[in-house]
Amino acid sequence: MDITFDHVSYTYQAGTPFAGEGLQDISVTIHDGSYTAIIGHTGSGKSTLLQHLNALLKPTSGTVTIGDRQITSETSNKNLKPLRQQVGMVFQFAENQLFEQTVARDIAFGPKNFGVPEAKANALAEQMVTLVGLPASVLSQSPFDLSGGQMRRVAIAGVLAMQPSVLVLDEPTAGLDPAGRRDMMQLFAKLHREQHLTVVLVTHQMDDVADYADHVLVMDHGRLVKTGTPREIFADPVWLTANQLGLPKTTQMAMALQRRGFKFAELPLTTSALAAALLPQLPVKAGERDE
Amino acid sequence: MNKLIIGRYLPGNSWVHQLDPRTKLLASFYFIAIVFMANTWLSYLVMFAGVMVMIAASRIRIGFFLRGVRPMIWLILFTVGLQIFFTTGGHVYWQWGWLHVTHYGLINGAYIFCRFVLIIFVSTLLTLTTQPLSLADAVESLLRPLRYLHVPVTELALVLQIALRFVPTLMDQTTKIMNAQRARGVDFGTGGLFQQMKAVVPLLIPLFVDSFGIAEDLATAMDARGYRGGDGRSKFRVLAYHSRDWVAGGSMIVLTALLLLTRR
Ligand SMILES: Nc1ncnc2c1ncn2[C@@H]1O[C@H](COP(=O)(O)OP(=O)(O)O)[C@@H](O)[C@H]1O
Ligand SMILES: [Mg+2]
Repeated sequence: MDITFDHVSYTYQAGTPFAGEGLQDISVTIHDGSYTAIIGHTGSGKSTLLQHLNALLKPTSGTVTIGDRQITSETSNKNLKPLRQQVGMVFQFAENQLFEQTVARDIAFGPKNFGVPEAKANALAEQMVTLVGLPASVLSQSPFDLSGGQMRRVAIAGVLAMQPSVLVLDEPTAGLDPAGRRDMMQLFAKLHREQHLTVVLVTHQMDDVADYADHVLVMDHGRLVKTGTPREIFADPVWLTANQLGLPKTTQMAMALQRRGFKFAELPLTTSALAAALLPQLPVKAGERDE
Repeated sequence: MNKLIIGRYLPGNSWVHQLDPRTKLLASFYFIAIVFMANTWLSYLVMFAGVMVMIAASRIRIGFFLRGVRPMIWLILFTVGLQIFFTTGGHVYWQWGWLHVTHYGLINGAYIFCRFVLIIFVSTLLTLTTQPLSLADAVESLLRPLRYLHVPVTELALVLQIALRFVPTLMDQTTKIMNAQRARGVDFGTGGLFQQMKAVVPLLIPLFVDSFGIAEDLATAMDARGYRGGDGRSKFRVLAYHSRDWVAGGSMIVLTALLLLTRR
């Protein structure tokens, strides 16, 4: 399911003296099966853009086409449910959305709203709780008795249980410990790879962009200022710094090595690429290579 | 919710913005009280002139104030309608059963309308030019004499300040949680009464949990910084009357005099 923005602008509190520009003239397509990262500094309009992906916000002008549904400022709030099921959205600090008495019921809440029978929804809950790396024993616990990181996983499980075909993630790993971050990012990558889930990820972690995304959108002041592959985006460190963005750690390291005399045909973005590029340039210790 | 103008603050540096919040609070209450003394066209004209001078001194566009009236318009029209249809006396223009439109009815309706507009304009001016926290300070300062009657004025003021401070935070949080639950298939504001009540649960529980969290953090932060009740505590924002506050008070007296001259 492609999602296409056609000259989309959005104004917060339009028609009041407190109006504020959220998005300005965005035109872009998020292709079915892609992994898109959205980067940009705080307040650049990333979350505003995301909320157009499942019609939580409707453009003030322009059109958003989600699959075969067209969303404009005129679109009524009725019959948006199928769309909400197809585009699963994990909000920033998603643990705030938990409310049920048990973890199982909270995860089953979404599917049940979309008409999945009780028994199937409960089965989904069990399946998802394992998928996000929690023990099955939490299913009967209150979500409020869990740690912050566990609550985040339950919230993510609750969205995955809706079985969306597009997964939208707004800084899903902010505030998690490094292990939790890696687990979650690998889970999303796996779903993308194995179930061909379209993933849209907002993040401040350039490493995650380099490791997982195949397409990058750069936002600034409500505008889309640059799009391209991670390689294209990270090719211009000066421009990135000017836009308060950074480089992946691997690339920073490669640049430091470059100043010490190492040579790279193109700057590596991931750890494995860096290792591969370094290996031929390292002095060989006696006995390690036999050619 | 976001369309409401009354209760919002518009940062600025005008003469009215710089007035002491106590002056603004007292003057607003005073103005609202004397609005009810106006009973001739000329006296309403005086009151309107007074409001226009204040609005001009605040350098805020009149559009803001007109917008402030908009959410109240049905209440106003309802009240004006009651006045028009149920006031007796004077020439009868139209009659149907016990409904009648009379000369006095029309005049009363117009007066009521003017009163509403005047009161809304002045309240809007007060909140547009005064930060909520300054208003809370003003309330505390004005209620201070009640301390001698063992009213816990500083504690009440603290409650008021904390409540005001967290209104925008909780509004933001409400929007966020509503969106998160909408994304999970909740329809707010559709379906029967029972369905709508059920839809509120996934909103209210996270809000309560969040509020308790905020309250706990705030209490810890206050404890950590040695808060031991309000008695003897010094203030960061010290309220002081300046010459412009006396000018504002004087203007109210002039307005009262003009009102007394023009009313019957
Ligand atoms: N509910 C709102 N009302 C008014 N302005 C808002 C609201 N939400 C966001 N904004 C404004 O829109 C802009 C973009 O915000 P957002 O999309 O949240 O940015 P990001 O997610 O990139 O940090 C910011 O300037 C922000 O102040
Ligand atoms: Mg954001």
